[in-house]
Amino acid sequence: MTLTSVTRWDEFMEGIWRQNPLFVMVLGLCPALAVTVSAVNALSMGLATTFVLTCSCVLVSLLRKLIPKEVRIATYIVIIATFVTVVDYLIQAVSLALYDALGAFIQLIVVNCIILGRAEAHASKNPLLPTLINALGMSAGFTIGLFALGSVREILGAGTFFGIPLFGPDFQPWVVMVLPPGGFFVLGAWLLIFAAIARRKQRKLAEATQNA
Amino acid sequence: MGGRPIMSIEIRSAPHIKGTRTVEQIMRHVVWSLLPVCAFFVFQYGLSALLSLLVVTVSCLLTERFFVRQGGQSGDIGDFSAIITGLLLALSLPPGFPLWMGAVAGIVAIALGKALFGGIGFNVFNPALIGRAFVQAAFPQAIATYTPSFMPGRFYEFIPSSMTLPLMQPVSVVEWLKDRQFDALAGATPLAKWKFEGVLANADDLLTSLSGHMAVGPSPILILLCGAYLAFRRFLDWRIPAAILGSAGLTAWMLFALNDVRFPNPFFMLFSGGLILGAVYMATDMATSPVTPKGMWVYGALIGLLTVIIRYYSGLPEGVMYAILLANAATPLIEKITQPTPFGKGVLSNIGRQKKGASYPLHSGYISREDASAETPKKRFLPNKPKHPPKE
Repeated sequence: MTLTSVTRWDEFMEGIWRQNPLFVMVLGLCPALAVTVSAVNALSMGLATTFVLTCSCVLVSLLRKLIPKEVRIATYIVIIATFVTVVDYLIQAVSLALYDALGAFIQLIVVNCIILGRAEAHASKNPLLPTLINALGMSAGFTIGLFALGSVREILGAGTFFGIPLFGPDFQPWVVMVLPPGGFFVLGAWLLIFAAIARRKQRKLAEATQNA
Repeated sequence: MGGRPIMSIEIRSAPHIKGTRTVEQIMRHVVWSLLPVCAFFVFQYGLSALLSLLVVTVSCLLTERFFVRQGGQSGDIGDFSAIITGLLLALSLPPGFPLWMGAVAGIVAIALGKALFGGIGFNVFNPALIGRAFVQAAFPQAIATYTPSFMPGRFYEFIPSSMTLPLMQPVSVVEWLKDRQFDALAGATPLAKWKFEGVLANADDLLTSLSGHMAVGPSPILILLCGAYLAFRRFLDWRIPAAILGSAGLTAWMLFALNDVRFPNPFFMLFSGGLILGAVYMATDMATSPVTPKGMWVYGALIGLLTVIIRYYSGLPEGVMYAILLANAATPLIEKITQPTPFGKGVLSNIGRQKKGASYPLHSGYISREDASAETPKKRFLPNKPKHPPKE
């Protein structure tokens, strides 16, 4: 492994672990709480966001020298909105049921702060390759986060995983899990777990440096 | 020093009078006072109620131990507070509530209601009610399924819904009740019966339920007696239950006077459902209720009013839980607006002066939570202390 490949791997992992959009930066909560009722919804929402985030970051990175500083936010929004429209029509064409389940939240990807944040904070300052890697890592982190939320809520709220019943017909659904409060409970639990693991890692690192 | 005592002066903010009571003592007394209520509850509903009390309490205790160990919070299961949470939670649930759901309620009560806020004394909401609100939202059907009290054979067999496997739906008790010559309606609480069928329960049924097979919770009279003992020993402030019952009774009486066909009599309002249990044991939780005497009246009046409004005008038959939780949320505000004026800071002395926030006031009902042996910051005055200690 060369040095550059290590930093690139780091760049990719940053979105998944250190700067996870959902569990560390706590961004994009609107779709994270609203559409994670089932694992399928969560995963497709994550993939839609992945597409929009990656494409718009790449385009922003390519155009970064052409975009005037004064109107950059408006330009980013136009770029993001273009890709959101693409995804919107795509999902409508592939599965109307999924489109109905996700509802307005597909269009609302436009205002997802992760995308605008990444475009402003990273893509507008970096060349193509690092931007692509970073955007892919970020979207992977976001998708993993949504999926983690969606699977717990689906397993407890309906007793199924991707529509497959896990516990048989006598399962008692936890009604609260498919309601909005359930989203907050599960998100809170995941935040707790993430924070606990991060703290343990930090402590181990500190001990290791002390001993070394 | 030559045997001269070191003069030490303790410097701290008011209140200066220090009680000898500890948290552990207070909590133990509340547990003792709850035992007769629990015993009668078991007498009413038999084995299922006993097991429900045990399972919920043990789940509270285990969660408490886990979080205290894990999070380095003060307190532990030895201070009896988790036992109170567990007992109150179990008393507020139907006796035939599936045990695994009871365990979930206990875990949520301590984890979400208490540990999340920093442990004992820091919780904003009553932990038992947080647990109950969670299972109410998660399992609305199971929590509305009551069975009649004084069933024959209640000491030999469980209510079938108790023994549900974890994560599974409880079996319907309708068949089981039919086998014992009860109709399906026997499982409804007096409040649900009134709300959905317009049937009013008799007074003696509500108070003791000794005569019939009403599906009532723990006995209101016994709770009032045990609460009176606690109030007499100053383990709870009598103002809060008095304000709750007074305000609920007054509101119900006014509505009854307006329209006695639509609204039930105030007596029914007071003694049905969980109002007495909530007023005596849950609303008086020291950490979540105001400390100012005036604030206690406001707090209690708010709970009573909300309870009656929720019962009459919402889709739910019972409203005590949400009323208390809402009033818990309002407690800091109530305390702020009911601060008494310290001596010498009356209206006249305040003219032309900016109002400053007062510290916690001292009143007769105040119980110090300081441990008698706790270390307090001390400033020591050493007599003839040399400014520059001699070098050796």
